[in-house]
Amino acid sequence: MKIHEYQGKKILSQYGIKMPRGKVVFSAEEAVVVAKELNTDLIVIKAQIHAGGRGKAGGVKVANDLHEVHKYADELLGKTLVTHQTGPEGKEVKRLLIEEGCDIKKEYYVGLVIDRTISKVVMIASEEGGIEIEEVAKETPEKIFKEAIDPATGLQEFQARRLAFNINMPKELTRKAVKLMMRLYKTFIEKDCSIAEINPLVITGDGNIMALDVKLIFDSNALYRHKDIIELRDLDEEDPKEIEASKYDISYVSLDGNIGCMVNGAGLAMATMDIIKHYGGNPANFLDVGGSATEEKVREAFKIILSDKKVKGIFVNIFGGIMKCDVIARGIIKATRQVGLELPFVVRLEGTNADLGKKILDNSGLNITSAISMADGAQKIVSLVQQKGGRSA
Amino acid sequence: MSILVNKDTKVIVQGITGSAGSYHTQKMVEYGTKIVGGITPGRSGIKIHSVPIFDTISEAIRNTNANVSVIFVPPAFASDAIMEAVDEEIDLVICITEGIPVLDMVKVKRYLEGKKTILIGPNCPGVITPEECKIGIMPGYIHKKGHVGVISRSGTLTYEAVYQLSQVGIGQSTVIGIGGDPVKGTNFIDVLKRFNEDKETYAVIMIGEIGGTDEEKAAKWVKMNMWKPVVGFIGGMTAPPGKRMGHAGAIISDGKGTASEKIKTMQKCGIKVAETPAVIGKTLISVLKENDLLESCIIHNKLIDL
Repeated sequence: MKIHEYQGKKILSQYGIKMPRGKVVFSAEEAVVVAKELNTDLIVIKAQIHAGGRGKAGGVKVANDLHEVHKYADELLGKTLVTHQTGPEGKEVKRLLIEEGCDIKKEYYVGLVIDRTISKVVMIASEEGGIEIEEVAKETPEKIFKEAIDPATGLQEFQARRLAFNINMPKELTRKAVKLMMRLYKTFIEKDCSIAEINPLVITGDGNIMALDVKLIFDSNALYRHKDIIELRDLDEEDPKEIEASKYDISYVSLDGNIGCMVNGAGLAMATMDIIKHYGGNPANFLDVGGSATEEKVREAFKIILSDKKVKGIFVNIFGGIMKCDVIARGIIKATRQVGLELPFVVRLEGTNADLGKKILDNSGLNITSAISMADGAQKIVSLVQQKGGRSA
Repeated sequence: MSILVNKDTKVIVQGITGSAGSYHTQKMVEYGTKIVGGITPGRSGIKIHSVPIFDTISEAIRNTNANVSVIFVPPAFASDAIMEAVDEEIDLVICITEGIPVLDMVKVKRYLEGKKTILIGPNCPGVITPEECKIGIMPGYIHKKGHVGVISRSGTLTYEAVYQLSQVGIGQSTVIGIGGDPVKGTNFIDVLKRFNEDKETYAVIMIGEIGGTDEEKAAKWVKMNMWKPVVGFIGGMTAPPGKRMGHAGAIISDGKGTASEKIKTMQKCGIKVAETPAVIGKTLISVLKENDLLESCIIHNKLIDL
């Protein structure tokens, strides 16, 4: 789960990590009030969206007086920012972080991730701060230093010290840097993060170490033990269809195509998208109804697929292991009766109670094209959707 | 022969009184798996599907000589359940549970160091040696005994591949789902090694998906060490980067873990990769033919011609 920069900063400051003073606002008027309170020469206005690359996209402005604060805040609010992480459609700015400017002497990078190849948390640091770490890894990999952390002992001070020396932090600031790294690790573990990044981490003219930008992402499997984090979820930043799906424990990801898919199992769902593409079609979504789908879940999955106006046909591909095909069939019938499905509709059922499921569908009187295999189903839905497109065009 | 489990395997079920645990215990018993006990703390003394229940794993092992445990415990308690089984140094733990926090799994992996227990999963369908022993949630009837080993990160996609094989009369030695989480007990290479050494396995199908670099590593291992043919498939060609495709581990991040990258490496290492999931069986057949193994692998009646 992603949160905003200002929320991440609040969490890290609770762990004693220093950062510029600032506050979130929702209007240009509020921005001026906060800027006044901050009472400083330089005010930074930062668009709050769940994506990186905001600076390059014009989402960060520096103001010299309250007039400029109002002007920039007004410009940014409601603006759609397109960064390399938002996709071409961009994201609308609805919140701003108003922050005091600071006297930056040098920028660094510090981050924590889970390295899946060694099954450990790894702290990464670099003296190339302020740019994306992936870029540093590509351009100057020798400037990236890593420490793998033993989960039994946690991050040790010598490891943090080694990183601080390796990235050429000024020696007089080593102790402060070590403290900050230990605190970042503590946050990562206690809040079940999957990524915790300070970029840039800056040293200021007056010899302080500060987090200038912060990115925290949380393990969604661990949210059950972090009620405080769940409250930070900003539904405005998410696809409404994905939100609806998550209510029913359905994994859904919206895509660009026009063939809606309903599949059980993540691997098969991905493979179903792939095979649709292979036969010249375009999937509208990834949708995994999960292993233990009920009739209700199937019905909701249908509604979500159909709420996407791009969808011109539906392909259901079920290989029942845990899931019984007759349950799926009943769910399909109920759902189609409720929503009045008129689009081309191909169903492939295999696995537990497959015959019973097929029989239920055949006897339903609904206009369902059944498929004998995954390839057969994919070809059928692609050609049905293309025919329909051809007629209407 | 087979790998990891066979007809003599004695299995205990952790979380046997839950709805999934109870349902699948029944299915495993029906398949012929020797389920010798179940664990639900505080419920000892009762029986479920005529399986005796114990409070702790040590008690269960003492009474049943079980050598494998399968876990259906909810995610919040699953890492504890795994470690309880590992502490007894049982041979094999298969964790079906989906949704375990990744930092819990990081601890479990550390706990496994130096212990002889092998962990399969979590978030996996389990392990089956057809017609001998089914441990997990896969539909038993699609599997046939035979000589092709299958290893996969996915559940239902594995059923798809197995079904294609069984339909043309090609049986399987052992089918293993290693799970869709980023931090997991056993990886491709650990299983490929066993298939390589198993006399009854003539060829292997390896099914991967986007995210991480395990497939690439496995492919390089295959090139250097494997003397049996390997056929592959990678799911997620069309997956957009930065989005988690259901499985916690199935995500393309920082341009790493794409399907095309994996396929390229696998092909370079001599693994023939199926173009679509529908032709995994066909691709295997073509490779078996090339290696003169097809006839020895078709040991059942064909239901369809490929």
